[in-house]
Amino acid sequence: MGARDYDIIIVGGGCAGLAAAIYTSRARLRTLLIEKEVGVGGQIVTTNHVENYPGFPEGITGYDLTQAMRRQAVKYGMETLAAEVSGLVPGEFTKVLRTTAGEHTARAVIIASGAAHQHLGVPGERELAGKGVSYCATCDGPFFREQRVAVVGGGDAAVTEAGFLTHFATKVYLIHRRDQLRAQQINQERVFADPCIEVIWDTLVTAIEGDEEVKALHLHHVKTHEESVLEVAGVFVSIGFRPNSGFLRGVLKLDPNGHIITNEVMETDVPGIFAAGDIRLNSGRQAITAAGDGATAAIMAERYVSALRASRPATLYI
Amino acid sequence: MSGSPLMVNETNFEDQVVKAAKPVMVDFWAAWCAPCRMVAPVVEKLAKEFDGRITVAKLNVDENPKVAARYGIRSIPTVIIFKGGKPVDQVVGARLEGEFRSRLNTVLAS
Ligand SMILES: Cc1cc2nc3c(=O)[nH]c(=O)nc-3n(C[C@H](O)[C@H](O)[C@H](O)COP(=O)(O)OP(=O)(O)OC[C@H]3O[C@@H](n4cnc5c(N)ncnc54)[C@H](O)[C@@H]3O)c2cc1C
Repeated sequence: MGARDYDIIIVGGGCAGLAAAIYTSRARLRTLLIEKEVGVGGQIVTTNHVENYPGFPEGITGYDLTQAMRRQAVKYGMETLAAEVSGLVPGEFTKVLRTTAGEHTARAVIIASGAAHQHLGVPGERELAGKGVSYCATCDGPFFREQRVAVVGGGDAAVTEAGFLTHFATKVYLIHRRDQLRAQQINQERVFADPCIEVIWDTLVTAIEGDEEVKALHLHHVKTHEESVLEVAGVFVSIGFRPNSGFLRGVLKLDPNGHIITNEVMETDVPGIFAAGDIRLNSGRQAITAAGDGATAAIMAERYVSALRASRPATLYI
Repeated sequence: MSGSPLMVNETNFEDQVVKAAKPVMVDFWAAWCAPCRMVAPVVEKLAKEFDGRITVAKLNVDENPKVAARYGIRSIPTVIIFKGGKPVDQVVGARLEGEFRSRLNTVLAS
């Protein structure tokens, strides 16, 4: 085996990838986990309160949860590479991963590249990112003490962010493009009961205004077509997630939104390539479901690698 | 003490950063910020690597809100590289080691 050849390569270091790595490393398979961000952990790192991961009745931070997973995988031999995967070339015996740190090869690959927050795609958003435009209330909320902020979205993430921001901001506007929220009932009740939160219904953000920092939002009412301006110091965009699967287009079967289609044991349509976590179509989009997918994918990948080895004479094993 | 990040605050910021002879990289962070914890080991590594050429410093934004406000910090981690007392480069968000290194090298070469 060459230095850059592994039994298993895992793409993505969120809950799915880390759980898979614990299983494959512990099964004595040489495992490489490739993660494009600094440190591993994935999306859950941005939340300070994970209340539904089994085993932590008092709750745990996403950072502590995933760093514990990392230590557990490292203990059994997982190696990590800080690089972005840009392409995957499947082969029967060798799958090639193209990355920003060169090519790496493996017998089996587990894709656990998860999802990334969606952008509004309006003028000002990119220019003012980090200057009032944020995608993470728990990261940036404390900078908006005694100020007015807006949250864009209507799902569980958006309403949770709005609730969190009331600890700092004097007023939180929740801007939603429909006339009802998508969030779970319990979360909706919290929003309606909170005097600090005002919901602005049927409204789209069309531009974010500001030079050095966010000053106002330009709004469009979808029913009356009225235009208006809302002065806020910050805007938290929480309009959903898109799967990180750009590098897989044309390689694996994806749904129209870019989710990987798997069967119930995490196999994709290409033998030896498995998928786990939020990247999958119909994933539960939770840390625990991602970890469960990762474990299933690892068990199946382990079987695949054993079968592949058994089918090849040792001399061909390079 | 050399080779580890210098802790700066409202009191010593002027002397240690603004009036410093060498370029200074300041990591604006807070205890509640998980992405800051992700970059912390990178900042420590860069402090060793650039020891003697660039001062690598950390500023806690909770304890020093005035400095954070002066530089318009609205999201952390934010890293600002100062040269001659002025910000010459700024990175918002956690990034890989290589990106910080290349930006520091650019500032050294300029
Ligand atoms: C604010 C917030 C709060 C949440 N709260 C909870 C909660 O309380 N409880 C709960 O169960 N779930 C929660 N979730 C959902 C949970 O975070 C996700 O379901 C879970 O993180 C999915 O894990 P994953 O491993 O599938 O993907 P991710 O966590 O998205 O990890 C994927 C990783 O792959 C990396 N990656 C992507 N593309 C590439 C590439 N090309 N090359 C290399 N690396 C790549 C990414 O950088 C990322 O680190 C929350 C999510 C958010 C955003």
